[in-house]
Amino acid sequence: MDEGTPVLQTVELTRYFGMVRAAAAINVEVRRGELVGIVGANGSGKTTFLNLITGYVKPDRGRILFMAQDCTGLPPRLVTKLGIARSFQIPQLYAGLSVLENVLLSLAAEAGHSTSFWQPLYRERWIEEGMQTLERFGLQAYAQRPVGELPEGGRKLLDIALSFALKPRLLLMDEPTSGVAIDDKFQVMDTLVKVLQQSDITAIFVEHDMEVVQRYGQRVLVFDNGQVIADGQPERVLAHPEVRKAVLGRE
Amino acid sequence: MELRRLPRAALVAYALLLATPLLVPSWVLFILTLALAKFLAALAVALFLWAGLVSFGHALFYGIGAYTVGFSAKWFGVREALLLVPLGALLAAGVAALIGLFMARYRGVFFAMLNLAVSMILYAALLKLYWVTGGTDGIGVRSPTFLGVLPPREIFRTAYYYVTLVITGGVIWAVYRFLASPLGYFLKALGDNEIRIEYSGESVRRILYLTYILSGALGGLAGVLVAFTVGHIVPEYAFWIQSGEFVFVALLGGFGSVPGPLVGSIAFEFIRTYASKYAPEAWQMTLGLIMLGIILFRPGGLWTIYETLASRFTRSEGGVARG
Repeated sequence: MDEGTPVLQTVELTRYFGMVRAAAAINVEVRRGELVGIVGANGSGKTTFLNLITGYVKPDRGRILFMAQDCTGLPPRLVTKLGIARSFQIPQLYAGLSVLENVLLSLAAEAGHSTSFWQPLYRERWIEEGMQTLERFGLQAYAQRPVGELPEGGRKLLDIALSFALKPRLLLMDEPTSGVAIDDKFQVMDTLVKVLQQSDITAIFVEHDMEVVQRYGQRVLVFDNGQVIADGQPERVLAHPEVRKAVLGRE
Repeated sequence: MELRRLPRAALVAYALLLATPLLVPSWVLFILTLALAKFLAALAVALFLWAGLVSFGHALFYGIGAYTVGFSAKWFGVREALLLVPLGALLAAGVAALIGLFMARYRGVFFAMLNLAVSMILYAALLKLYWVTGGTDGIGVRSPTFLGVLPPREIFRTAYYYVTLVITGGVIWAVYRFLASPLGYFLKALGDNEIRIEYSGESVRRILYLTYILSGALGGLAGVLVAFTVGHIVPEYAFWIQSGEFVFVALLGGFGSVPGPLVGSIAFEFIRTYASKYAPEAWQMTLGLIMLGIILFRPGGLWTIYETLASRFTRSEGGVARG
């Protein structure tokens, strides 16, 4: 695969829920190393787009290519195995386990040893790597604590850390700062962007906070009514009156 | 609970169980042997409770284990423990591998009831095919041999107790390793969040399926050991009340740990013995009242009484414990 091959390419990706148009012939290309923000009003199809890519929702029509490989119609488990990981708007964690154990399970899954039933989960190599991962996300102080003791921002970061530990080529994040206190939003994003820059991960994040997208996105896609109505540099795209109207409901 | 190593108390308890034959009369030894054997089936049920699933059909595997002993004796005259113990476990695991293919697709009440349904099919077959199974008369089994040797009558009970204790000890160790492994942790995580497991590239169904096979093997093992202990096998081994008893025992002792069901099993057998001696008309009521008390005051089971006491006397260890 040469450098020019997009990491992600969707071709005429379409999905209806009854009469609701959630995705209408979406054609998007994301290149290696990009950090792409997706904005749009509620119900504009942002999360459906992530659900389509990860196989949680099957498209009515269209194709999804990951590193030039067709992954249309694969279930989330297999899409993940190919190298696409995602985080969720509501963090999906293992509430009964410690913060470190949550990460260790991702590492075990990534190593393909998740159904190993004889060797312990607590292996030197994984503990070390798990602690490093937690350090990168600033969560090392919570390693031994139950997940329930994490503040909301920490839960969001852990959710992303679980996806990150899978060593994906493409990371999809659904509203990484929603539910995070306003004062902590930029801190969460700073941490995230730093981690992404240090590793060779292409990322897409859905965000309804225009300020966050403007500040962190290198490129922004604007969704409206299941379509991409604008694509480009955040400063220019978000200044456009029609975009502001579609996203904010006012110019 | 601490999964990475056996609690010291379990080792102390095991040492006590080793010394028990020197200290107690023969009938107590019989009840303990029975409790140790049935514990394995309660542990099999506890594995699923661990994942937030309840099975009301594990008597299926228990029955398969017991009838492995029965048929071997009846048709082939085989009563070698070292052959039948693994055989019963293997046959039960084999059946688990077959029905696990569709059990692993279900959760909640469907999982509970499907297990019950399958076990009742076996029960009905054991009951109705009396020319094969002996029906309600069951099958009588003589004492097992060990490598062809039949221990003398006077020491047989003690010898068999030790055999059961060694097997139980091996199973406890193996299940600890299982629970401390990625698969064991995924099993626990399954009750919390199936979505995250699938989005880690792991299959929830595969986790349940593999656990189901292990669980079936444990149920079968329990059936073999109890068949040898009691010496008489009847279709009730596969009846749903037997399945319910395993769930009861797991809850009584506490399913959050491996020693829990063991404590539950020992407590259960003694409660039943004494309750049916002193209140023969109301022993089930006694059990009911005890369960009510456990759920109201000790929902984690009897074992958590020890855990609470132990944590009061020892300081918690800090840092990343390495297993």
